[in-house]
Amino acid sequence: MTLMTIRQSIQKGLREALNNDPSVFLMGEDIGEYGGAYAITSGFLEEFGSDRIKDTPISEATFIGAGIGAATVGLKPIVELMSMSFSLVAFDQIVNMAANLRYMSGGQISVPLIIRAPTGAGMQLGATHSQSFETWLSEVPGLKVITFSSPSDALGLLRSAVKDSNPIIIAEPAGLYGVRGDVSDEYYEIPIGSASVVKEGNDVTLVSYGHGIPILLDTREELIKINIDAEIIDLRTLNPLDMVSIDKSIKKTGRVVLLDTSRKLGGIMPEIVSRIQENSVDFLDGPIVSVGSENTPWPYNKNLENYSLPNVDNVIESFREAYKI
Amino acid sequence: MDKSNLSKKELFNLLQKMILIREFEESCGENYAKGFIRGFLHLYIGEEAIAVGSISALREEDYVVTHYRDHGHALARDLDTNSVMAELFGKSTGVSKGKGGSMHLFDVKKHFMGGHAIVGAQLPLALGIALACKYKKENSVVLVFFGDGAVSQGTFHETLNLASLWELPVLFFLENNLYGMGSHVENTRAEGRDIHSSAESYGIHAEIVDGMNVLEVLDITKKSLDSIRNNSRPILIEAKTFRFSGHSMADPAKYRSQDELNYWLKRDPIESFEKYLVDENICTQDELKKIKDQVQDEISKAVEYAIKSPEPSLEDLKKDIYA
Repeated sequence: MTLMTIRQSIQKGLREALNNDPSVFLMGEDIGEYGGAYAITSGFLEEFGSDRIKDTPISEATFIGAGIGAATVGLKPIVELMSMSFSLVAFDQIVNMAANLRYMSGGQISVPLIIRAPTGAGMQLGATHSQSFETWLSEVPGLKVITFSSPSDALGLLRSAVKDSNPIIIAEPAGLYGVRGDVSDEYYEIPIGSASVVKEGNDVTLVSYGHGIPILLDTREELIKINIDAEIIDLRTLNPLDMVSIDKSIKKTGRVVLLDTSRKLGGIMPEIVSRIQENSVDFLDGPIVSVGSENTPWPYNKNLENYSLPNVDNVIESFREAYKI
Repeated sequence: MDKSNLSKKELFNLLQKMILIREFEESCGENYAKGFIRGFLHLYIGEEAIAVGSISALREEDYVVTHYRDHGHALARDLDTNSVMAELFGKSTGVSKGKGGSMHLFDVKKHFMGGHAIVGAQLPLALGIALACKYKKENSVVLVFFGDGAVSQGTFHETLNLASLWELPVLFFLENNLYGMGSHVENTRAEGRDIHSSAESYGIHAEIVDGMNVLEVLDITKKSLDSIRNNSRPILIEAKTFRFSGHSMADPAKYRSQDELNYWLKRDPIESFEKYLVDENICTQDELKKIKDQVQDEISKAVEYAIKSPEPSLEDLKKDIYA
């Protein structure tokens, strides 16, 4: 085991990919000379050279499109978007091209492209830099969308993504790059499409992903004080969803709270609510609780931003009210 | 037309392909009227010299990327006539198994990388394929077609900038047929109808060619491909052309005058090439008729093949979403 940050585990995964597979190259805004807006690729240019660490101009649609094109003829581009909010500039390429090419070519084309993008609010970046469009992208057939909350998961999922032949969005929680955790020194992968039980418990199932997981870990500690033993599930993949893990947990606990730090309206949680309703309603002792951010643009002001973002108290209050505890 | 140093076989081949495209498109129009073909159908009639002249200059290892008016490019790249027609009929035997349709023709084995229906979106894709060719140290060139409408998209300017900056083997082929759907290029572009100057502003050499003259298109494409292979610098060719029918089958083309149409009809790329071949005693009227008969036979068989081909099974709906 080695203790490292999420940032370091992503760096480890990217280095491995570059060292193991000559078809892998990195591309994005300021990933070379500058070292990456979040310093993920710091030192990579010197290590791997400018053919494999390609700085791009501020042309998101075109460098994402170029990644798609290179992927269609056998390369494995790992493209970095400086912010998930900037995916909007490239949405046509991501959705109309990357996701659809295989289908509309009758299966002739595959697009083994990875798009990495820091995501999420909480850093006072205001309306245009705080959005979490991984939830929109999760409803696009042809794409896979993954995310993580620990260094170990970040590395294991990145390894699977590098081996996958489909376009994959990696939503990297920007507020968690500094989170530390143990990472196995043995080689391992984490399959795309598998949620994890972060903490086991018998009394309530708490479900989230990315920035929501640290909130749930604190929630669990508070609930222990009132003798509630919570199970925490980290989705890790938003598409395809691992409903088996959620349904299994609900069968055990009979209660469920869903937490999303992005806007509550839309997003991935309503789909999970719907599927729980279809699969597990008979096992529930009360309503499916869903907690998320307010349906407003993201404010710059810290108090307003914090007020919108869900916290431990919001989760506990919603849970206790719904289940009369 | 200038005297050509091509062999009779090569000249016949050019003519045969242009007639194949013309007859194919005429047949598409008929089968659209009959209800066999649905959705949006964009015909290439009038622009045949461009696809045939340029694609004939390519090597097998080169790539073709194009827009939604793609039947001509597909046939010029020798995609199977039966399979292209079957695709338009939505059949499982189509090049894209009936799931792409007219605007999304693909044949990866022939390096025909689509058929793209968002205006200008194919340009970054072509850029990426060229980037991969250079990365893998292959000597392939990517020939990408787009229309005057695509010049208004940001992707056009971004792609030209990057192709030049990264010195990528891309041949940009602009089919300037003067109208983006119903809008004349002079109403959509500040610098008017001559678009090649846009390339020059990104340090890309540009050529202008008569898009109604197949020999001229072939000649300028050959020279451009040689230059790209030797220098790894992109080139843009602007072909002046005109589509003889509306934007799609839904378009009666009321935005353009009969005079303008007549001006271009007189410069029909097939009629003028036939006249050249007969005037130069390269081809007899009998030989012309023989080519047309052969093509018509090929088209009839393609329609028959498409009609008889099976529909995709309902299970196919969920296939080929993921690799």
